[in-house]
Amino acid sequence: MSTISMPDPDKAILARAPDIIAALRAALPADAVLADPAETCAYECDGLTAYRCPPLAVVLPRTTAEVAAALRICHQYGVPVIPRGAGTSLAGGALPTADSVVIGTMRLRDFLEIDTANRFIRVQTGVTNLSVSAELEPHGFFYAPDPSSQLACTIAGNIAMNSGGAHCLKYGVTTNNLMGVRMVLVTGEIVDVGGPEFGMAGLDLLGLICGSEGQLAIVTEATLRIVPKPEGARPMLIGFDSAEVAGECVARIIRSGLLPVAIEYMDDVCLRAVESFAKAGYPDCAAVLIVEVEGAAEEITDQIERIRSIAAELNPVEFRSSRNAGEAMAIWKGRKAAFGAMGRLGDYLCLDGTVPVSKLPYTLKRIGELSQQYGLEVANVFHAGDGNMHPLILFNANAPGELERAEAFGNDILRLCVDVGGCLSGEHGIGIEKRDLMTKQFAEDDLAIQMEIKDAFDPAWLLNPAKVFPLEMSRRHCDRRVASR
Amino acid sequence: MSWDCKTAVQQASGVPPATENELATFIVDCRSRSESLCIAGGRTRLEANTIRAHHQLSTAALSGVIEYEPGELTIIARAGTPMAEIEALLSTRGQQLAFEPMDSRSLLGSSGSSTIGGVVATNASGPRRVIAGACRDHLLGVRFVDGAGRILKSGGRVMKNVTGLDLGKLLCGSYGTLGILTEVALKTLPVAPCQETIAFHDVNAIEAVELFAKALATPFEVSGAAFHARTAWLRLEGLERQVSYRRDRIQALFSGRQTEILLEDKSRLLWRKLRDAEHFSSLDSPLWRILVKPSDAPVTMAALESLGGSASIDWGGGLIWYAGHADSGRVRAALPAGHATLVRRGGLVASDMFQPASAPVAALSLAMRRTFDPAGILNPGLMGA
Repeated sequence: MSTISMPDPDKAILARAPDIIAALRAALPADAVLADPAETCAYECDGLTAYRCPPLAVVLPRTTAEVAAALRICHQYGVPVIPRGAGTSLAGGALPTADSVVIGTMRLRDFLEIDTANRFIRVQTGVTNLSVSAELEPHGFFYAPDPSSQLACTIAGNIAMNSGGAHCLKYGVTTNNLMGVRMVLVTGEIVDVGGPEFGMAGLDLLGLICGSEGQLAIVTEATLRIVPKPEGARPMLIGFDSAEVAGECVARIIRSGLLPVAIEYMDDVCLRAVESFAKAGYPDCAAVLIVEVEGAAEEITDQIERIRSIAAELNPVEFRSSRNAGEAMAIWKGRKAAFGAMGRLGDYLCLDGTVPVSKLPYTLKRIGELSQQYGLEVANVFHAGDGNMHPLILFNANAPGELERAEAFGNDILRLCVDVGGCLSGEHGIGIEKRDLMTKQFAEDDLAIQMEIKDAFDPAWLLNPAKVFPLEMSRRHCDRRVASR
Repeated sequence: MSWDCKTAVQQASGVPPATENELATFIVDCRSRSESLCIAGGRTRLEANTIRAHHQLSTAALSGVIEYEPGELTIIARAGTPMAEIEALLSTRGQQLAFEPMDSRSLLGSSGSSTIGGVVATNASGPRRVIAGACRDHLLGVRFVDGAGRILKSGGRVMKNVTGLDLGKLLCGSYGTLGILTEVALKTLPVAPCQETIAFHDVNAIEAVELFAKALATPFEVSGAAFHARTAWLRLEGLERQVSYRRDRIQALFSGRQTEILLEDKSRLLWRKLRDAEHFSSLDSPLWRILVKPSDAPVTMAALESLGGSASIDWGGGLIWYAGHADSGRVRAALPAGHATLVRRGGLVASDMFQPASAPVAALSLAMRRTFDPAGILNPGLMGA
């Protein structure tokens, strides 16, 4: 039994399932519509695997026109639509209901235009995050946002969740690197917003769409800002015998005026798991920071020395800088293996809250206390430079009640993030996971205006309807709207 | 002269609201009486004479920095806080607002004191836009009162945040048409210890934009790329060693060209003037701010200058300032794509300062406006509705 509920499927829609599937098949290529339970079950969940439900059908369009055709039919039949990228969401953002149609962007895989003179790339949104940078490699450019799932996750999903990554301390998150979109509204209408210019006429709808978790439109094409590749980059590893001192080191680096491209943090639980899994040769201590700087060789040396002297004041147990690519890879090796290594320890919930950097030491201390209280171990590995924490709560899914206990622990951590001035999600989004915590961060009116914006884009609440807002609240909102008509 | 709210009358009491609650109460009253508002920060950025409103609402009393955390690179301030106060505070800790908002006073002949709320409401972004992004990219959170008198918030004070819709982006650049900002949280960044500018003399617009494209494709973090009166400038900022290294590399890239190096304060002065488009402040003609795809800049500039007047380039080609008497129809027809905003009327009677968006975007924008301001009382007539 889990603690997060989804609405019951609409029986009237289930009854019309054959008609809906037939209409989709009539409008789309034969291989674009999946309705066989053996096939739709592959779409029953995303990265939040504790929650599963196969949809009524899955549509995999290859063009914007096909997305529009599918949406028109769903709109006509009043069927909920679950937009899906690669399904790597950790917040349940792509979880279907039995009465819904999943529209996946994964076959929208064309690179449409690379323009280095104007520094953008235009892609269909089913391309993976990493493939965008791979495509740009010969031109000497890259696409900056780099979520951990970048090998698999799509640009569509990155836009829906405003994804970040390790390097966004310097380059910003998706919304700062998105210049334009082609999107399809719930009615099937195709709308272009933004483009290769540095700004658009009218309101900044682009900023609204980015991070809207598939609740306003389905984005099929994106114009992305591209960045020249730095001449070089070198990480350094700094070990501390106290989590709080490591947190202090982060704050001092930032205050110093240096702007590393990444500052990553791993605690002792994580370090031990990583060591036994990846043999990265990390020190056995309370916390490790991986700090990466960029530039030409002499610029890098200069920055490393500055960071070395900042760290030295805090008596690190180890300071290791990399002199070549091999040593650099060795430093990143453990961090990149962290999530895999944690998986070996058992089941885990990966959280995603942000706190002000100065509150990191206190937050880590409180998480340790909560861990004792709940009797569940927690590992911390996260983007420290911007305060984006990813506590991993370890539990045994087969032990009765442990998932619920882990979820309750996770909710307490997220409340803590809000209490110290942070937020519920730094880069994973709300999905279903944090839906019911939204009232902790927002007052009723704050959520009301967000729901009213959804009304304007999607009056019948067909696009990813049971996400982001507390279920009771969105239900009441929709009931009131129906009553007032 | 920049504030020309023709039918505006002062708020009955003459006392501007000093708290969110006072503001909200005032808005609720206005809405119940169907009385509209012309919203004013420091009245330095906008010639608002298309706004026909019953009241002029000033944010002057909603002033003061709430929190500044240099170690977190964040500042939170009430909307009416003067920019001068914010800039002075940040400079005590060697920080700045990296998006380099312009000071419009010399251009518009306005005399007020620019506010942080006005900067956000207009998404004011200067030459560093090419590398650091616009105001909207540095905005972490907002508090505001909407047209229904609700006190609302979005975002927060941390860099990474996907908790609900990002209303801050929507408010930023909405010119007060969606709500009245009461508080903004912005990212701050360290001021680079060194800067230099490489000047390329006697180049035309085509050469300048080619030069910009080449320089901006390097990893040398060019933080300004502007062109005016046959001179192109590239700005470099960073640590001392970075700047000297990058200057040498860029000069080597354009080794056939004569260059002049402007050091430190000379460079800073140049970019402040370019930021404020000061070269057009002595003219009295209409002035347009035009956003185009950078490589379209030379042809656009030529088309505009053939209508009379003169133009300059910033943002590596992405921004054209055009000073000339051509009417709005002809100016906008000269653009291959992009859009033109009239920032100084200079006697031009046309009311459409803002270029209309495409029909579907305009429809969505209108829907947003009705959502935030159902009675249409906030800055009516501005931004096309």
